[in-house]
Amino acid sequence: MVINMNIKKYPQLNEQIYTTKLPNGLSAFVVPKPDFQKRYAFFATDYGGADRRFKLGGKWIDTPEGVAHFLEHKMFDTEDGNALTNLSANGASPNAYTSTDITAYHFECIEKFNENLKILLEFVSVPYFTPESVEKEQGIIAQEIRMVEDDPDYCLYYGLMRSLFSHNPMRDSIAGTLESIPKITADTLYDCHRAFYNPSNMALCVVGDVAPEEIFKIAQDVLPTQAGEIPERDYGAPEQCALNARGFSKSMEVSLPIFLAGCKITPSARGADSLWHELVNALALDLLLGHSSPLYLRLYREGHVNSDFAASFDCAAGAAYAMFGGEARNPEFVFEAVLKEIERLAQDGPDAELFHRTKKAALGANIRSFNSFESICSNVVTGHFRGYDPFDIPDLVAKISLDDIIAFYRNNLLAEHMTTSIISPLE
Amino acid sequence: MEDNNIDNMHQLSHTITETEVTSGISLTCITTDKFKTGCLTINLVCELKHETAAALALLPRVLRRGSTGLPDMQAISAALDDLYGARIEPLVRKKGEMHTTGLFADFPDDRFIPDSQNILEETTDLLCEMLLSPNMQDSCFLDDYVNSEKANLIDDIRAAINDKRGYAIDRMIEAMCAQEAYGVNRLGSESEAEAITKESLTELYHKILSEAMVKVFYCGSAKPERVATALRSALSKIGARPNAKIPKTEVRLYPADGTCRRLTERKDITQGKLTVGFRLGKAMEKPNYPALVVFNSLYGGSITSKLFLNVREKLSLCYYASSMLDKHKGLMVVASGVDFDKFETALDEIMHQLKEVKEGNISQWELTSAKRYVITSIKSALDRVGGLEELYFDSKISAYPYDPIDICEDIDKVTVEQIVDIASEIEAELIYFLTGEA
Repeated sequence: MVINMNIKKYPQLNEQIYTTKLPNGLSAFVVPKPDFQKRYAFFATDYGGADRRFKLGGKWIDTPEGVAHFLEHKMFDTEDGNALTNLSANGASPNAYTSTDITAYHFECIEKFNENLKILLEFVSVPYFTPESVEKEQGIIAQEIRMVEDDPDYCLYYGLMRSLFSHNPMRDSIAGTLESIPKITADTLYDCHRAFYNPSNMALCVVGDVAPEEIFKIAQDVLPTQAGEIPERDYGAPEQCALNARGFSKSMEVSLPIFLAGCKITPSARGADSLWHELVNALALDLLLGHSSPLYLRLYREGHVNSDFAASFDCAAGAAYAMFGGEARNPEFVFEAVLKEIERLAQDGPDAELFHRTKKAALGANIRSFNSFESICSNVVTGHFRGYDPFDIPDLVAKISLDDIIAFYRNNLLAEHMTTSIISPLE
Repeated sequence: MEDNNIDNMHQLSHTITETEVTSGISLTCITTDKFKTGCLTINLVCELKHETAAALALLPRVLRRGSTGLPDMQAISAALDDLYGARIEPLVRKKGEMHTTGLFADFPDDRFIPDSQNILEETTDLLCEMLLSPNMQDSCFLDDYVNSEKANLIDDIRAAINDKRGYAIDRMIEAMCAQEAYGVNRLGSESEAEAITKESLTELYHKILSEAMVKVFYCGSAKPERVATALRSALSKIGARPNAKIPKTEVRLYPADGTCRRLTERKDITQGKLTVGFRLGKAMEKPNYPALVVFNSLYGGSITSKLFLNVREKLSLCYYASSMLDKHKGLMVVASGVDFDKFETALDEIMHQLKEVKEGNISQWELTSAKRYVITSIKSALDRVGGLEELYFDSKISAYPYDPIDICEDIDKVTVEQIVDIASEIEAELIYFLTGEA
């Protein structure tokens, strides 16, 4: 059977991307990289830690916190053994991760790529769980949960999420809790797999010196032939912009206080617009407190922050937030300084020269991202799930105006929607 | 000053060209057009020692603050943003008992820039300007810059505790190698950092700038002549150093006093860390790198290793258990995360698995997987701009220089006997427990 593919070329970047949609509903992408030895495959489902309540066969199902991540661990089990071991023994470096809205399985290898790709597609699409293996995994995950509970960055982040959100699942740990993990059974896992791991809800992206048709053909041969439905999910009522709590603080074994400040933002719908918002917000945050901004340079010079200071923006599971932070002797002082700067920028706007240079740096960062096979895959697949094309980034960045930036400060970065999470050293 | 093309690899998409910019200053060009960016590093190779460790870590941070032409961070940031977000950052590495200090730059390749500038030349000028013409007053670094970077360095030294896994490894090495230069931390210690003054830092700066071996690495699409030309004019301010040498690393083959010590420390944590330091024995007399790396991959360096499959997967004793090897120093570290009450069981299993290797209980599958893992990680490093730089940097400053590409062929030839031979004299010297508060 002939597979129809679409080719788009980007001469300025010296890249091209082959795209297809297989009869079973899978979206597949190939970005050829002829000079590289390494080949990289990324197979992901539009399913993450936040997708806990969903419709399967016309019925709403509620699942415990941490299922998506648990499932990710368990998928590597096969009837004959363990896919992680098989891939490794075949010279591949496999791994997987679960985020708020995506579960991704990936590997890179130099040789036997097609063979490894078949292993990847097979183990992710064929579930194999037993009560014994589920029970054993509960022990391993409990260890992992205990380990991250020692991690100040983890406590800091979820401290912020819990202050921002009252019920959106973004506030809960992706790994689940010591209480939620024992509630997971082999049946829960089979349900989640059936709902989310059907080809229509998944995407494959391959980067490297490969023939696109061959890749698409393998996917067609190995994966189930039936298209499935894209499950409906429920994240609860939309979050109001009002804060859930006044802030979070805790003492832990850290050398300096670390802090995060976050701002609840009205989420944009999935689609091309969401990329535009993401880019405008990222540039606005860069101009506010990026490493070339007057505020950062002043805070650094005066010793209030160090080069860890950073900001980001995320929109997933029907919720959105911007956050910034790092190490600071006096987090409250830094937070106040940022609030003042937002006020100034909302009034006067950023310096036009700085705006121009920061855009140039953003274009450079986009060029740089094409060095990383992992970034290419994750950008292409995330874009696909969220309904945008990451190759549009340079054109969109060029179109951003100072007014777009100022509007972001005025409409989104509002002091009453912002709060902090602080981890201080033990006394 | 002649270009000497030492290796032309047809099957690989890069070539290596070694050039002497001036006596004692060498340039290694890794030429390839497969990346979107180029990278340039300038490394001053010094001895690792207590007296200078913190200062060598501090130096590039102070240089990053301002030069005569770009006196402060605002001027530097503006210049870098103008070069499409080029980056210049401190680069401090510990390799065996060598301590290298300097700066690295990475920048978009001219080919991808709409109004194609000379980004390579401009970034090289900027890098060398920051290295050679720092912002000084009365021939001394600025008080303000030294003090604020000192505070940042001390914060970073203290921040080691935030990463418990790394902290447990560092503490083990410090304690095991207390009598050797290797016990010195890459960033130095808090008290050493505290003692630095702008005068002492300026003095050290001039000393290493005139004496230290300088190794420059470039990886990117520009022809070696273009890079050398850009560097020659930018580096014209520093002179030849015909006597510059690469410092030697002391290799101890066996544990001090032939015994294995134990050390327990307490912190407020919920998961314990068990870290064990080993000496490699006669394997380090004339090291066979390919066999060493295959041994490590088989024992604990990969996910098909004995430690991973037995200690972690089969017995569920740990969340992680892995080994790593410093081939310059001849030291192996096993690091694991375990519950407090499982320290002894995990330790027994770690030792038991080493014994298995010593006794030659190695399957063909384990050997092949271990080799594949190493070859794959070397080859995939060739596909990263920073990975290539690091690979050649490591080989060029090694006491037993090797070719990172040839080594792949030798790895294929490693036998079970060679691995058993390496394992035969490996002995634990320090068992370190990081446990919870009593």
